[in-house]
Amino acid sequence: MSKIIELKSENLFDTIKDNKEKFGFTFLLDITCIDNLNKTHPKATRFELIYILRHREFKETLIYRVEVNDENVGVDSISSLYDSADWAEREVYDQYGINFKGHKMLKRLLNHNEFVGHPLRKDYTITQGQLCTTSQDLMDEMKPLLDERNLDMNKDELMVVNLGPSHPASHGTIRTLCALDGEKIVAAACEIGYLHRGFEKSCENHNYNQIIPYTDRLNYCSALMNNIAFAKTVEDMMDITLPDRGIFIRVILSELSRIIDHLVCLSAGLLDMGAQTNYWYLFNPRGDAYEFLSKLTGARLTNSFMRIGGMTHDLYEGWQNDLQDILKKIDAGVTDSLKMLLNNRIYNERLTNISVVSANEAMSYGFTGPNLRASGVAYDLRFTQPYYYYDTFDFNMVLGSVGDTYDRMMVRFDEINESMKIIKQAIKRIPSGEINISDKSIIMPSKECVYGSIEGMMNQFKLVIDGVKVKKREYYGAYEAANGELGFFIVSDGTGTPYKVKVRSPSFYHISAYPKIIEGSQVADAILTLGSLNIIAGEMDR
Amino acid sequence: MDVSNTHLLDEAVVTTKIDAVVDWGRKASLWPFVFGTACCAIEFMATAASRYDISRFGAEVLRFSPRHADLLIVAGTVSYKQAPILKQIYDQMPEPKWVIAVGACASTGGFYDNYTTLQGIDEIVPVDVYVAGCPPRPEAILDAVMDIQRELTREACFEVRNTDFKGKLDNV
Repeated sequence: MSKIIELKSENLFDTIKDNKEKFGFTFLLDITCIDNLNKTHPKATRFELIYILRHREFKETLIYRVEVNDENVGVDSISSLYDSADWAEREVYDQYGINFKGHKMLKRLLNHNEFVGHPLRKDYTITQGQLCTTSQDLMDEMKPLLDERNLDMNKDELMVVNLGPSHPASHGTIRTLCALDGEKIVAAACEIGYLHRGFEKSCENHNYNQIIPYTDRLNYCSALMNNIAFAKTVEDMMDITLPDRGIFIRVILSELSRIIDHLVCLSAGLLDMGAQTNYWYLFNPRGDAYEFLSKLTGARLTNSFMRIGGMTHDLYEGWQNDLQDILKKIDAGVTDSLKMLLNNRIYNERLTNISVVSANEAMSYGFTGPNLRASGVAYDLRFTQPYYYYDTFDFNMVLGSVGDTYDRMMVRFDEINESMKIIKQAIKRIPSGEINISDKSIIMPSKECVYGSIEGMMNQFKLVIDGVKVKKREYYGAYEAANGELGFFIVSDGTGTPYKVKVRSPSFYHISAYPKIIEGSQVADAILTLGSLNIIAGEMDR
Repeated sequence: MDVSNTHLLDEAVVTTKIDAVVDWGRKASLWPFVFGTACCAIEFMATAASRYDISRFGAEVLRFSPRHADLLIVAGTVSYKQAPILKQIYDQMPEPKWVIAVGACASTGGFYDNYTTLQGIDEIVPVDVYVAGCPPRPEAILDAVMDIQRELTREACFEVRNTDFKGKLDNV
């Protein structure tokens, strides 16, 4: 992966602008910050910002490191260049207290409005919770939006309505304040952070293998995939590669997770529009897939199956038949559901040309995964930066044409089929052999070894207490998860506990565009749009 | 009424206590409000779907307005930011009402012992049944519903419960 380039804070805006306009880095993946307070070798400044950019052909990644001389003065905001920078900068401000000059609404994003301090600073104690007594009214965000559009609450007889946070269609944790003219949304503002669970702070207090259960709960509809993405990033940092059988198991479980994730998205989205039968048709095969996972890993939803350097155990005997059986059921469920939908007038009319996101808009907001592909952008890490032998599998990238709600849903339907293709090939091709690497400083010894020899016991003890030691490095690793590019930016100081972990979660950037894309549509359409974007609160708020 | 006919009433009338009748009715018609925030809500979806089928226990009428509901199922992590909303929803539910804390996070904060997560929803609202698991299997959620059913048949039907409960947000 790419090297980190040092950049002076005064050149930040111009350099990034040049990169975007002249060199085609049209994609801002993430912005984050490192607090150097506890570094063993003191750095020039306490805070450093990290900017991760991607080229429009999706091959190259560019990472800049910017030293922040004074956090209260801060650096220039790049939110005028990329729409995705708007919320990314707000998050950095919220978590680290870095100012961004020229940002139009620099306020807290994940933490509540009564919160004092910046929790991801190294001198903030992890357990120091702060009670929130009332929710904010969000009118400070709504007012400028109305002014921009020359609207007035009273004169134009607008009504302000909260969609969520506690509403099933808002997935329980997303709040959207809408200004309505009749049924039409004329302006909207979104508030997130209701499921902010302090993932990144928790990572700084646990060793690498202890973080795996936390990654389960990022995107809990495809927990295994998050396990794999995290384990893979750490393995890449250590320059280790799994044996082939391990890789194939990861591919199979990844694609099965992708199918489950899409099934949940589609069934819930269709339920939102009243198509309840589809919910049963799509949810039942998902139940079968969970039976398989529970037989394999011991848990239905949050599997924690991966380890750094491999996984807990091999597949059980007879898994091929179980899996093939499940694929048949999934295929039947999807076929039945599509039979009801494709020529259904309500389905087509309610989804076509609703909440259109153009390719440029989608890129600017940092869309990835099925939502970006629905807008017709051919970007899939499995194709553009193939890993785990994905280039040797025969499957297609599914693209939409318009980027409306219909495309976003149909791309997911087709991706289920493509994932099934991959699994079928992987079942045929999976080699026998080891699943884990053999390095004793990474993989736990076998139980016979632990109970049978003093070396084995010491080995286990060291791994449990100290954790897997990762060499000193700063690294960004990306994985094509069900919702898009799931990236981990990890700073290691050579110990068993990461110095910092930042998740680049796809849903965070999808939801940042939501208020914009529902503007002009009806309330009922906005609900379907949210369903089709597949916002998973766990990875959005982390 | 003609006294000579009272023997006929033996077959048509059952004498019982008001508590027993009302509780019997309530037991089979719990209307849950699902305060679903995270992973546990996904498992609740499975509980409501056809395989586990919560309607076998008369609790399938999921209401998403607290004013229609008498059973609050808190499925998922509740953060400090979410806490005032949880309280508002609980307050909006009419009596009688029961609360199930589904999963480790709702019960105790789970492994999110950090600056943002409420360490159990019983700091805000009174809880009747705690369900262990992260997330609990659908069977465990059904078991909790059955626990509520058992519990409510032991209650006096006109009594307002939990009047002495003081949550962290009650005095602010």
